[in-house]
Amino acid sequence: MEKRVTFNERWLPYLLVAPQMVITIVFFFWPSAQMLFQSVVVEDAFGGNTKFVWFENFTSLLKEPAYYDSVRVTLVFSFLVAAVGLALSLLLAVMADRIIRGASAYKTILVWPYAVAPAVAGVLWGFLFNPSVGTVSWLLHGIGIDFNYVTNGNQALILIVIAAVWNQVSYNFLFFLAGLQSIPKSLIEAAAIDGAGPGRRFWDIAFPLLSPTGFFLLVVNIIYAFFGTFGVVASLTQGGPGQATNILVYKVWNDGFRGQDLGGSSAQSVILMLVVILLTVVQFRFIERRVHY
Amino acid sequence: MVENRPWLTAFSHLVVLLGVLVIAFPIWMTFVASTHDQATMLRPPVPIWPGTHLFENYREVILNGYGGKVGSVPLAMTLFNSMVMSLGIVIGKLLISIIAAFAIVYFKFPLRMTCFWAIFVTLMLPVEVRIVPTYGVVANLGMLDSYAGLIVPLIASATATFLFRQFFLSVPDELAEAARVDGAGPMRFFFDILLPMSRTSIAALFVIQFIYGWNQYLWPLLITTKESFYTVVVTVSRQVQVTDAVPQWNLLMAMAMLAMLPPVIVVVFMQRQFVRGLVETEK
Repeated sequence: MEKRVTFNERWLPYLLVAPQMVITIVFFFWPSAQMLFQSVVVEDAFGGNTKFVWFENFTSLLKEPAYYDSVRVTLVFSFLVAAVGLALSLLLAVMADRIIRGASAYKTILVWPYAVAPAVAGVLWGFLFNPSVGTVSWLLHGIGIDFNYVTNGNQALILIVIAAVWNQVSYNFLFFLAGLQSIPKSLIEAAAIDGAGPGRRFWDIAFPLLSPTGFFLLVVNIIYAFFGTFGVVASLTQGGPGQATNILVYKVWNDGFRGQDLGGSSAQSVILMLVVILLTVVQFRFIERRVHY
Repeated sequence: MVENRPWLTAFSHLVVLLGVLVIAFPIWMTFVASTHDQATMLRPPVPIWPGTHLFENYREVILNGYGGKVGSVPLAMTLFNSMVMSLGIVIGKLLISIIAAFAIVYFKFPLRMTCFWAIFVTLMLPVEVRIVPTYGVVANLGMLDSYAGLIVPLIASATATFLFRQFFLSVPDELAEAARVDGAGPMRFFFDILLPMSRTSIAALFVIQFIYGWNQYLWPLLITTKESFYTVVVTVSRQVQVTDAVPQWNLLMAMAMLAMLPPVIVVVFMQRQFVRGLVETEK
């Protein structure tokens, strides 16, 4: 899209884009270039010698079993966050869509979690599930389940899924609700006149019409689970116990800053970059398609 | 509603109410914990109704931080830092992206599309992914432990630029034409016509970006080592990770409450702008 009417100035437009461009170049392109560079070199511990090693950082990363563990944990984690989060928020949105009285009061509470930082969400759920004083772990203990996320890897994973889903539920809910409310009432009414009950109307009309929203949210949730959940993991489990919750984005930081393995960390960053690019492209392709509907 | 089904309506209320209770539960328990004394919070089951120590707990964390121990920072200071950081990010983002969008939409110049794509690709790489080299750049520029270091690297944002671009493209051409006929220069047009028209977009972006700025975790965690620059979210998380033998849950939870209060207030009171901003930034 282009404007028909434009102003003719020689220097002004450059002046106007300059701040944005300078910041983008200094804090985005420069570090990204360095990341690409560091992923193909090895530096010794004192930063003295830099040796070009082609793809050695990548091959040694791909030989590391810990990396595959992290990939597996990340995939399981993001699948659970997306699946559970989407299912719950769709259910809530469908039910909230039916409600007329009190809807705005419900909505006010349902948007809260979006405002809570992932790191703080981790703190809240860590308190509820604290092995010694947590209310939920106390209740679970009452029905014979020993919940201790500090020592049990699977339970730690469940807990970060719960915290991440909780954190993201408002976002999904608002988009599903907006999607439901944009479905033409005449369609629903026509189906009702033809004798379709609420369940039938949902599965045959609302659900297919919601699928673009659902797909969009699926991508957003995967991106969130991959990159937005650092704070949840840092507050709750720090990647442990063992490697049970060491998701890729946490591992990049952990290896780069704690482990001082710049080459390995940069190689991981480059791989993650490819993942984001892939996801973003998928998302944009899809948005383009949606415009043509 | 299409037809009246009282049972189904009751069921809907039940489900939503249940959802609301589950979603509000962690926040409620955090609030309750912040109103009791330390001893009560160490004896399970912990109470589910508020106690009587609200004011002393909050006064303690705001003025002294977590238990006045070494390394604990008065929360008032971290709240101030968070406020500076998030307002800095919001204002910086809005400023640079509105003028960049103005240039890209209303001028034809060589490199226009280059600039557009350069801004566009920043979407592809969240700061979490390129964290190590970005840290290096900021360290080289001597911006560690400073407000500039907290704010500037985070204000380059494709989303805000796109939203403004989208909005400017929807502004009728006749307005710019009329301004030109009347002899108004581009900046006059920008300040007198475009800026007032962008108010709702600015408000929507303000809410979204304020939350984004306030809730930053990894970036401030890395670049602040001096206590005087700690932000509140990082401080709360750090304090929880340093597990004491006898944790003071009442104080920790009071800190968590304070850390989430400002963005929650913004979302609840600016709900309309918030929903608008959320839906529009994703277009």
